[in-house]
Amino acid sequence: MSDATVFSSPFAHTGNSVTYVMLQVCFALVPCTLFGLYLFGWPAIFLFVVTCAAAVFTELLCLYWLKQPWYRVLDGSALLTGWLIAITLPPWAPWWIGVVGAFFGVAVGKQLYGGIGQNIFNPAMLARTALLITFPVQLTSWVAPAPLGSELAPTLLQSLSITFASAPAPDALTGATALGHLKTALTLDHSASDVLANDFVWWKALLGMSAGSMGETSEVLVLLGAVFLMWRRIIRWEIPVSMLATLAVFSLIFQVADGENYAGVLFHLTSGGVLLGAFFIATDPITSPISRLAKLIFGAGCGLLVFVIRNWGGFPEAVAFSVLFMNSLTPLIDRYCRPRVYGRLPGGKPLPPLSSVDLAREVKRR
Amino acid sequence: MLRGLLKLPQVRGGVHPVGHKDRSAALHILELPLPERLYLPLRQHAGADAIPVVKVGDKVLKGQMVAVAPSEISAPVHASSSGRVVDIAEIMAPHPSGLKSTAIIIDTDGEDRWIDTGVSGDPYDEEPLTLANRVANAGIVGMGGAIFPAAVKLKQGTRHEIKTVLVNGSECEPFLTCDDRLMREKAEEIVEGARLIRHILRAYKAVIAIEDNKPEAIAAMRAAAEPYGMVEVEAVPSMYPMGSAKQLIQEITGREVPAGARSTSVGVLVHNVGTVYAIHQALTYGRPLVSRIVTVAGGAINRPRNVNALVGTPVQHLIDACGGLNGDPAKLILGGPMMGVPLLSTQVPTIKGATGVLALAKHEVPRSEASPCIRCASCVEACPMGLLPLEMAARSRADDFEGADDYGLRDCILCGSCAYVCPSHIPLVQYFQYAKGEQDAKRTATKKMDYTVELSLAKQARIDAEKAAKAAEKAAKKAAKKKPVTATKPAETDEIKSPSEEESV
Repeated sequence: MSDATVFSSPFAHTGNSVTYVMLQVCFALVPCTLFGLYLFGWPAIFLFVVTCAAAVFTELLCLYWLKQPWYRVLDGSALLTGWLIAITLPPWAPWWIGVVGAFFGVAVGKQLYGGIGQNIFNPAMLARTALLITFPVQLTSWVAPAPLGSELAPTLLQSLSITFASAPAPDALTGATALGHLKTALTLDHSASDVLANDFVWWKALLGMSAGSMGETSEVLVLLGAVFLMWRRIIRWEIPVSMLATLAVFSLIFQVADGENYAGVLFHLTSGGVLLGAFFIATDPITSPISRLAKLIFGAGCGLLVFVIRNWGGFPEAVAFSVLFMNSLTPLIDRYCRPRVYGRLPGGKPLPPLSSVDLAREVKRR
Repeated sequence: MLRGLLKLPQVRGGVHPVGHKDRSAALHILELPLPERLYLPLRQHAGADAIPVVKVGDKVLKGQMVAVAPSEISAPVHASSSGRVVDIAEIMAPHPSGLKSTAIIIDTDGEDRWIDTGVSGDPYDEEPLTLANRVANAGIVGMGGAIFPAAVKLKQGTRHEIKTVLVNGSECEPFLTCDDRLMREKAEEIVEGARLIRHILRAYKAVIAIEDNKPEAIAAMRAAAEPYGMVEVEAVPSMYPMGSAKQLIQEITGREVPAGARSTSVGVLVHNVGTVYAIHQALTYGRPLVSRIVTVAGGAINRPRNVNALVGTPVQHLIDACGGLNGDPAKLILGGPMMGVPLLSTQVPTIKGATGVLALAKHEVPRSEASPCIRCASCVEACPMGLLPLEMAARSRADDFEGADDYGLRDCILCGSCAYVCPSHIPLVQYFQYAKGEQDAKRTATKKMDYTVELSLAKQARIDAEKAAKAAEKAAKKAAKKKPVTATKPAETDEIKSPSEEESV
């Protein structure tokens, strides 16, 4: 059927639109982003602006190539992709990391599949993973927080050279993320409980005063955005809850069984991008399943994979890999988890016309 | 009581569109001045068109049958006022295509004189089947918009064990308040109608279901139902599409109508309050269906209101009675905004199934440009039938109708909840209507094909039988030379018939 001209019912609408949805997600990201920008100073601000601009520009370029109307860029999806890439990058990464990531995310991750709604993988995570594999050094150079206005913070000029001339960060500031630190320590035969007791303060991790990607460090602010999204009914609870619950359950089991080698629940839930991933990335509607049961399965798969990769994988951080892997399973999960249709049994056969009570009465009458 | 305590969410999905009901619900039903000319379309119901039984020039009285129902699933048409038949011609039908439809055109004489209905006595003394036939002769169809002949439902009901007569007063469409107003003003007649239907079906009880956003209607109906046992008034949550029979049955009885079955299979029969009122009028006074309450509303109407319109009154006449239009309406709709059909002209007549005439202002009509699906699953959440509208639409769009069927197209009730919430503004219902239409056409074609095959097989069989008979005759003749034997007759074969038209109903 061609895209039709006849206008059929309904003649009413909630007034919701794709642009509105995307902009609300961006809005939900504002608190944690602002905090990240404050925490990591001017280099982070430069990187953020460059990445978002590159994403929007790439979208415009693709629309021009594909001969689509330019105003499609206003749907906000490119901005959101760029935004998500920016806040999952190391905050002092050079500008070209952001540009390459944004180009890869929007052009390869989305437009090559046929544009919005057609991509199989989350574009932001695809871009981040591609960057991590291609530029491992830049993608794992973390800095300790140096809030704007603090003594350690670089000056504007220094910041410009950090972002645009790839100047190295001052040695005093470089350091590993909590996850990276633990991984290194474990390979050196330290026990997990010792490392955590010395170097990990859970409330600091929760507030976000730690090394990490630009927007993922403050768990509290991520949760604030998540609550907004759920209140606006843009995301549903199934994926994040099952993802976090699965991760929590497995980390608890392994911590109880072998505390020397496995970190606990609090560490896993407050470190790295797991909260950001659970609420903002795994819930991406385009690449996640549709029905509730499917969402629960999808979330559980993400949570399990995060746990597996963090503990036994080659990289300290696991959210991007897990989400991408589960994205690839989405069509399969969707296929086997359809909602039950009214008047039909779960398999699709019609319900029996008489209830058991009626049947009993019928039998009695004969 | 128990249900009130537990308050389990019975119906899935659904949406909550803004009601816009206050203005028209506040005013009494307006009696319209007699229009000069009435246009009575012969197709105002599901099933076969009615056949005219009057000639041009005939004088008719109000309530006189002017077209008869040619088959069981059909309904007759009655003159809705006294006057003279001036023409039987094609007029523009109240249909989005603007297709023509045959109508009987009557010039009213201003007297509005009723025909002698000849009905007297207590309907409770009559046999159920007699009463059902009287409903059939009154031309009553489902007035909630489904326009299925009411008598067919009643007769089906007499063949099943019906426990509950469900009177549908939920009226979930935005803007529409005709049922609300009717329940407030004619509560006793509706309760009486429900009791009559209960009598016809020998049902256990009658339940009148009203959405809880109509407290006055609930109060009026409760007061009217009070004196009678087994007539209950139940408030149901306000939600679209609560007025759909399947959802209402689930809400009231907790049971689902099996796919492909009718509601009678779960012991329930659903009638709209307007239909029940019409049935009461037919059985008590012998009055056929010649008028109905129509909500005239929308931002472009000056004084939104419910009017009692004679069937066949031009829509323009209704709008004039409500103060006319303030500017050009962005959309003119017959019915509610969720399931109604767009009107191309205000000259089309009011029909039996017309619940409302809406003239929507520009800001009330959503923009129609669609963007790609982002698989947000809003439609899945909204679907009251538990379907996957986005998958159905994707497949319908690719003309993969089997795939669409597989994702639930057959179970789709076209309520429009999915399209209402879609952030991409995808015209989902339009895709489904298209796919359903194609599927119907395909099924009809398959049926025809099967029939043709059947016929050719029968023909072959007949030829074979004739040959065999001839051979047998020859053999018999040969044998007759020895001793006489009567030859066998060739096998009887079917005459070629055209497939009956009612099958698709």
